[in-house]
Amino acid sequence: MTKKQKWDYSPAPESTDHIQLKNKYDLFINGEFVPSSDGKYFDTINPSNEKKIAEVAEAGKADIDKAVASARKAYDKTWSKMHPKERGKYIYRIARLLQERAREFSVIETMDGGKPIRESRDVDVPLAAAHFFYHAGWADKLEYAFPGRVAEPLGVVGQIIPWNFPLLMAAWKLAPALATGNTVVLKPAETTPLTAMKLAEIIQEADLPPGVVNIVNGAGETGKFLVNHGDINKIAFTGSTDVGKYIMKSVAGSGKKYTLELGGKAANIIFEDAAIDQAVEGIINAIFFNQGHVCCAGSRLYVQEGVADEVIAKLQKRMESLIVGDPLDKNTDIGAINSKMQLDKIKMYVKLGKDEGGKIHQTACSLPKKGYWFAPTIFTDVSQSNRIVQEEIFGPVLAIQTFRTVNEVITKANNSPYGLSGGVWTDKGSKIFKVTQDIRAGVIWANTFNKFDPASPFGGYKESGVGSEGGIEGLSGYVNLV
Amino acid sequence: MGTINIQKSKSIDQVNTQERVTRLFSRSIKKESKMQALYLALSMIDLTTLEGKDSEGKVKQLCYKASHLHHKHPGLPNVAAICVYPTMVPIAKKALEGTGINVASVATAFPSGMADINAKLDEVKSVVDAGADEVDMVISRGKFLSGDYDYVSNEISQVKDACGKAHLKVILETGELVTLDNVQLASDIAMEAGADFIKTSTGKVSPAATPPVVLTMLEAIRDFQTKTGKKIGMKPAGGIGTAKQAIQYLVMIKETLGEDWLSPDLFRFGASSLANDILMQIMKQTTGQYQSKDYFSID
Repeated sequence: MTKKQKWDYSPAPESTDHIQLKNKYDLFINGEFVPSSDGKYFDTINPSNEKKIAEVAEAGKADIDKAVASARKAYDKTWSKMHPKERGKYIYRIARLLQERAREFSVIETMDGGKPIRESRDVDVPLAAAHFFYHAGWADKLEYAFPGRVAEPLGVVGQIIPWNFPLLMAAWKLAPALATGNTVVLKPAETTPLTAMKLAEIIQEADLPPGVVNIVNGAGETGKFLVNHGDINKIAFTGSTDVGKYIMKSVAGSGKKYTLELGGKAANIIFEDAAIDQAVEGIINAIFFNQGHVCCAGSRLYVQEGVADEVIAKLQKRMESLIVGDPLDKNTDIGAINSKMQLDKIKMYVKLGKDEGGKIHQTACSLPKKGYWFAPTIFTDVSQSNRIVQEEIFGPVLAIQTFRTVNEVITKANNSPYGLSGGVWTDKGSKIFKVTQDIRAGVIWANTFNKFDPASPFGGYKESGVGSEGGIEGLSGYVNLV
Repeated sequence: MGTINIQKSKSIDQVNTQERVTRLFSRSIKKESKMQALYLALSMIDLTTLEGKDSEGKVKQLCYKASHLHHKHPGLPNVAAICVYPTMVPIAKKALEGTGINVASVATAFPSGMADINAKLDEVKSVVDAGADEVDMVISRGKFLSGDYDYVSNEISQVKDACGKAHLKVILETGELVTLDNVQLASDIAMEAGADFIKTSTGKVSPAATPPVVLTMLEAIRDFQTKTGKKIGMKPAGGIGTAKQAIQYLVMIKETLGEDWLSPDLFRFGASSLANDILMQIMKQTTGQYQSKDYFSID
């Protein structure tokens, strides 16, 4: 009837004309941008093409001292004395400014970190603004969050955040700390410092009193100075379990409080009575969201035996329709791996999975030559004793096992040092209650995955962390209740 | 004829189906891919008039438009078919002679389907005798909702036999089936019973073709192909009036069923006003400017 011609989507890149980036970013201390004391700078690159975007000042010990001193002064003189309603106004202002400049922030987040613009535009930036809005509301209502108690701020808080959701994690950390009356020294991850520096500009524009928020960049060494600083009252950290353990040891006996949001290896469980097509979407979302650079990623898939063949066949087919490539293209589903170091780690685990006898399947997508890329990958024929089932890969790599009974899958799901999140897919409500109550994890999603809300606490069991972020539980990590 | 094992019809989660639709519909289709999609969508239209007041003259004009979409833009494809009531079939057939455009006729007591099976079969035979290339039948929703799936299945099989060489499109009238689970089950029944196409709606009931319903039917078609190797066509009808909607549906087909279905052989839009909006978009893409609606004939 008609001759067939293949229909491909034309490139649809988000414009970068409107963004404002400097070539050089200094430290943000005491309300001003200042160079580091020893004049050191490091490059931040775009992982999708390895091009340098900007230079960023690296904070040394003297800079951390300066930042903590400025935070202490701001705490003593202004922020802790300010009427909570006024504090709330400042936080609302940050939220509004962030919303107004949402497009610029999403483009920069995508350039600096490699995540698809669809995600930074639809998830990272709006959620970050939502966190500021939510916590702004709490600032003058803490007596309702903690009825009958007085919530006193802790003082100066050191915050260290990861590279997978740079702006969003900054918001998760800053908003509750500020709402409860603390002042902050924040250290973004060294591969993704830019949106935090843009946030510093917003904080300046919002006229926040100098020293209330200080942002210092650098790698592990800079973080150590912050963690070990004598005038810090609390460390809030999100990142790897290894660093989390180091922090616990360092602060032991110091009187410093800490909250840690660490790694995960979430079980995503598909029962045979689940809505299969939607469960397949859930698997895709659970493991391939943000290239799998998600601590709560559903990286261990358990499929009930009766539907395993169908689910895996559908999953493989669906994976082929994922668009991997230019993160700035509005149609891209999977962007670049955040750094060379992370790419090497993913490759190491995938080789390990093959060496241990796992059956690998990768999509046939072609990957760009420049930059750091990894094709969506699944492993079958693996078991609980495979390292790719036990350890966090933090990449687009899924390990699939099958199961027969509810009790079997609960046992397997709990057979992990981690306990951050989980997912369960079934049409049966009673099964949802049974499974979610028996799995030891901080967040469990039923018939959905990776849903976040500022009002909903997020935190882990076991090696996945200490304390929660978000909601009233999150606030309680930043106050002394008297 | 075949009984359907209900256990085998999968369940559908409405919330997540809507989420998937939102994600598919957020694809950004620009430049060449947009132009290509607009041409493709034009070629998939079943240009439709199904009104009690339809006249011979109106049908003739519609048929002329089907093969002369816009004289200012040569090289446009023809629409796939003209869709009319049974009494208009001979007129349409004559008017479309030599154009390669099919004549589709609704039958089986359209739109309600509330008639005796023999009356329905007679109607089908008469439209096929009058030259209809395609028959759009409606299922008995009352029987379906009462759980009499065998009746629905048998009726479709008999209509299929009565169609002879004519292609059979089975209208599920999803607006009356209410749940996506029902849409899935009705799709399975229709495909098992011999449908060449499954179609959402008559256009006489609201809601007509909704995106979650279309996605559910496409997924049913995909699973049926996996199971049997047969490729069944799809026709959303009613409520699709803009080029943007049409392109969104093309994205949905491409990412659910694949390139094979991006053809009028396996996909149709049942629409009356869609063609003009697509024409406006094509002229916009070509000239860089939107033209007034007055430059596009309303037949």
